[in-house]
Amino acid sequence: MADSVNYSIISSEIFLLIALCVIMLVDLFQRDKERKLTFMLTQGSLLTLFIMGVQDLGVQETIGFSGHWIQDQFAVVLKLAIYLTAFISLLYARPFIRERNLMRGEYYLLTLFSILGMMIMVSANSLLVVYLGLELLSLSLYALVALQRDSNDASEAAVKYFVMGGLASGFLLYGISLVYGMTGSILIDEVANYIAVSGANLMIQFGLVFIVVGISFKFGAAPFHMWLPDIYHGSPSSITAYISSVPKIAAFGMAFRVLESSFGGADIHWTPMIMIVAMLSVIVGNIVALIQTNLKRMLSYSAIAHIGYFLLGLSIGTDEAYAASMFYIIVYALMTLAGFGIIIFMSSDKNDYQQISDLRGMGRYHPWYALMFTIIMISMAGIPPLIGFWPKLEIFRLLVINDHVLAAVVAIAFSVVGLVYYLKVVKEMYFTEATDSPNVSNSRSLKIAISVNCLLLVIFGLMPDRIYYYCLSAFTSLN
Amino acid sequence: MIGLSDYLLLSAVLFSISIAGIIINRKNVITLLMCIELMLLAVNTNFIAFSHFLQDSAGQIFVFFILTVAAAEAAIGLAIIVVLFRNRATIDVDKINQLKG
Amino acid sequence: MQNQLLAIVLLPLLAALFTGFAGSSLPRQWAHRVTILAVGISCLLSINIAVEQILDQAQPLNYNLYTWAQLGGLSLNVGFLIDDLTASMMAVVTFVSLMVHVYTIGYMKDDPGYQRFFAYISLFTFAMLTLVMSNNFLQLFFGWEAVGLVSYLLIGFWYKKPTAIFANLKAFLVNRVGDFGFLLGIAGVYFVFDTLDYAEVFSQIEQGYKDLEIPVSDGLIWSATTFICIGLFIGAMGKSAQVPLHVWLPDSMEGPTPISALIHAATMVTAGVFMVARMSPLFEQSEVALNFILIIGGTTALFMGFLGVIQNDIKRVIAYSTLSQLGYMVVALGASAYSIAIFHLLTHAFFKALLFLGAGSVIIAMHHEQDMRKMGNLKKYMPITYATMLIGSLALIGTPLFSGFYSKDAIIEAVHFSSLAASGYAYACVLIGVFFTALYSFRLFFMVFHTKERMDEHTKSHLKESPAVVWVPLVALAIPSIIAGYFLAPSIVSGEYFDDAIKVASNHDTIAPIVEHYQHPFSLALSSISHLPLWLAIAGVATAFLFVVVKPELNERLRKALGPIVHVLENNYYFDKLYINYFSAGGIGLGKRFWQWIDVAIIDGVMVNGTAKLVTGISVKTRKIQTGYLYHYVFVMVFGLLLLLGWLYWRVLNG
Repeated sequence: MADSVNYSIISSEIFLLIALCVIMLVDLFQRDKERKLTFMLTQGSLLTLFIMGVQDLGVQETIGFSGHWIQDQFAVVLKLAIYLTAFISLLYARPFIRERNLMRGEYYLLTLFSILGMMIMVSANSLLVVYLGLELLSLSLYALVALQRDSNDASEAAVKYFVMGGLASGFLLYGISLVYGMTGSILIDEVANYIAVSGANLMIQFGLVFIVVGISFKFGAAPFHMWLPDIYHGSPSSITAYISSVPKIAAFGMAFRVLESSFGGADIHWTPMIMIVAMLSVIVGNIVALIQTNLKRMLSYSAIAHIGYFLLGLSIGTDEAYAASMFYIIVYALMTLAGFGIIIFMSSDKNDYQQISDLRGMGRYHPWYALMFTIIMISMAGIPPLIGFWPKLEIFRLLVINDHVLAAVVAIAFSVVGLVYYLKVVKEMYFTEATDSPNVSNSRSLKIAISVNCLLLVIFGLMPDRIYYYCLSAFTSLN
Repeated sequence: MIGLSDYLLLSAVLFSISIAGIIINRKNVITLLMCIELMLLAVNTNFIAFSHFLQDSAGQIFVFFILTVAAAEAAIGLAIIVVLFRNRATIDVDKINQLKG
Repeated sequence: MQNQLLAIVLLPLLAALFTGFAGSSLPRQWAHRVTILAVGISCLLSINIAVEQILDQAQPLNYNLYTWAQLGGLSLNVGFLIDDLTASMMAVVTFVSLMVHVYTIGYMKDDPGYQRFFAYISLFTFAMLTLVMSNNFLQLFFGWEAVGLVSYLLIGFWYKKPTAIFANLKAFLVNRVGDFGFLLGIAGVYFVFDTLDYAEVFSQIEQGYKDLEIPVSDGLIWSATTFICIGLFIGAMGKSAQVPLHVWLPDSMEGPTPISALIHAATMVTAGVFMVARMSPLFEQSEVALNFILIIGGTTALFMGFLGVIQNDIKRVIAYSTLSQLGYMVVALGASAYSIAIFHLLTHAFFKALLFLGAGSVIIAMHHEQDMRKMGNLKKYMPITYATMLIGSLALIGTPLFSGFYSKDAIIEAVHFSSLAASGYAYACVLIGVFFTALYSFRLFFMVFHTKERMDEHTKSHLKESPAVVWVPLVALAIPSIIAGYFLAPSIVSGEYFDDAIKVASNHDTIAPIVEHYQHPFSLALSSISHLPLWLAIAGVATAFLFVVVKPELNERLRKALGPIVHVLENNYYFDKLYINYFSAGGIGLGKRFWQWIDVAIIDGVMVNGTAKLVTGISVKTRKIQTGYLYHYVFVMVFGLLLLLGWLYWRVLNG
């Protein structure tokens, strides 16, 4: 089975690649400044992929292409989350890029390429394929960030992203090369077999450190987070919304494939590292977010904190905990999208309104959207009954059960700190006197998108076990 | 006879030099690009050495992929630097610190 | 039965949603009609349930209504636990809420946020009911947070007033500290008992559970239960405003007066007391926690009473009095006299709501003037308010036959019989507290209703009794303030009332010795003449009288009315100066110092603002690392790599 060339397990990827080529060609002959057709085709492809993915739910684990490729429930669930969040992020993007001279075919094409990269990452069953998927994603993202050519900030962000990202890939590769040297294989299954038989020697542990660094960088976990606030801040808001949410889901897939599938037998060597990184992220993210006045930067630091909570789940190392982490990362992606959605929503004309104080008077002039933003903020803060609460609860619960009580206590303490800055936003909207009406977008599609996104947070919050069930199923099918 | 450890040492030295280069260089972004390239070459050295001593071709194939990706990366990197230069009229590492805090 | 319970909870919620979403497009009278109808039905049903549970001795009800989520092994339910304790709380909450609804019609008559206000208080009723009716910790926490949320919204109701915004932020921050402890407590419960359901937790305790022992320091070992109890109690300290987390409550008086009565006196602030009573089987397992509770409660009861003496804002006096009374309830909890704590909670709910609403009535008449120095002799203009306020004050200070007497006396007795280490301190506190309670209550009473008229001419010309929607609730609350204690005392003290809802370990039982020589409530009132508390209270009233009435130009008429006492006082005229110079200057000065040092400097300055400052300081420092320079970023990243490599090295060295 493992040697067979089995096209059925990469049908989604093939479909996306064909769709990409078609869209590229179609876009070439477009005269429409609005790129309506390109947009429709892109979203259509995502929808089709989503439908294909839904039919794949509950698949048997299948390995193909000489063991380099794997199709299982885990990959399917993550891919579905990727399609969904990417779809929403493109909805958000359209009114934003229209006014900023970004409405070019490349925007959609690069997004699709990065999605392809992410699909490869989550379905990879060898370290080589992981690397290729990662690079396809990263290169597309570098270009996306630099897409706003006339923006000072965006070009600086792109340079920083590029250099730091290159460095991180270097670390990851260095780690992989050492693992390859010691185990003699780049296939995840064979690495896992080697570990199961001979354990992890010092060289493998050494390589693992580099791999953990590379992966932590992708998540933007402290102390490898330095790039993150600047890149989130400097990129055009719609792209920030995209790169802060969707790639994190894929990064989780990569982390799981590399760390658990390959080195699950040696988890005493890497889980403490992840724990260190996670705690640092929770602390740094929450504390620095506290004094930010720029909403975009505040959300960036809050993203670091969220990644910290998520990594805490990853560091526990049980199936239940992986499911909780997966739950967290998907929920996080939905919330972050909504969070940056606020910034897009506020930036209706060519100017960007990113300061928290720009939200003044929302409660008075736009009560519905003020309510939506409040939902986003308190969901991020993790207050029930919104969805943000559940994965946090589950991770704290698992931490306590697995005897990481101290970590749980610190994490809870810092989530209390987190409340302060989230509620600062709410306070600004409702309780600070405004001189005039705040600036908001009047794009109807954006209004609908943000409302739907926020209501999803409420609805999932009322029945959290729906998503969680799929997350659990991804791991029970593995065993 | 040159053993595996010598290659690994060389690669480690190259790797360290490239990191040091990124930290020490304060002038030209292009140098950073070269450092990253050097870093990937250090990794390639590792792969090839392992591949040779393990008598396994997977490592060499990996190197081909890394080289390809590195080429693509260089192209995108240079393009980004051009964008930066157009906006700022400089590519000094020292001067790109508008985004901070 | 189920439908009844659901209706009790959901009617206020529906009314709140309806009024809230309809907003200002809803005519004013409909806003109050809808909410009052809903809360009224809810109140009737609650009383019905209370009658069934308490008088007809129905079996306690405990069932899950809906399973919200099943996360791992943790099942999160929504459910009800109805027993005597819950039923009494429900009846009180809905009754006071109904009174406040009615009263609000008059009080908020001209406010532009009329509909919003009704939506909030209805929502509050819903939240409070979910809190008390819950059968598990999760729902308890939900109710806990929800009442908190509505409370913040209402403190900041007049959001154009900067002080109101400040007060609501303060309430929010201080309560977060409490909630942190509360959450840790709940997490601890889950950790030890592996469930969040009350009944399961209690049955595990009964059957003997495996407690964990956690070393605190050398030779000192606390059980996990102690940590759980202290954690939960810290939550109670936040919500029930115990020292040192009490600072938010006086400031919360920035909110409209009906809210002060409903939330910050009668119901929400007693949630902490209710919670501890509900958890009585758990708290009985930890003497350390009970001692802790005694100390906190005693301190609150005495020192907050002290502060009440120096306030001039009518609402602030009552606020400090609430703090002090909450201290009494907490002391009762610490002495394992849970049923008596709840007894005091019930009676207090009536007379404190009465006092607040009475104060509100005064405030309406005075055109929203709250400074007592600008009032005086309102008795003449507002006879009903006067009479009801008098009843409230008498009940508060524990006059025999009034409701406060029975509950407060029982608390003092119970603490007296307690054998815990901290009970001596608590006993002294509650005893001295009686004097101060009387002092501040009657200082307020005299300053507002007697003495000469100090208001300006314009206000004076408009002085009149408040409308019926205001005074009817006053009268309705005055009745239970008088009689509730008399009728409830025998059954509550003897333990019949709460049956199995409250459990006390036999070695902590402080109520049994009280029951031994407990008498008919009437003879109890008669025999109180030979007890110290009554005399302390009288001394307090007398002192207040001295301060307020005797010190300034003595009111002739009043002197005649209170002839003999005044006569005695008059003969001691030269002691006045002594009193003023020593007691008043000393006492008031001391009070002021306490207020400045403890409240302003230590608690506000160091604990609340200090922590915030520290975190901000760290935050500013950490932020500076983000310099914007690429090579610094790379350096930090390499530093992180070295950190992890160092960790690996350390691990290899240490095997």
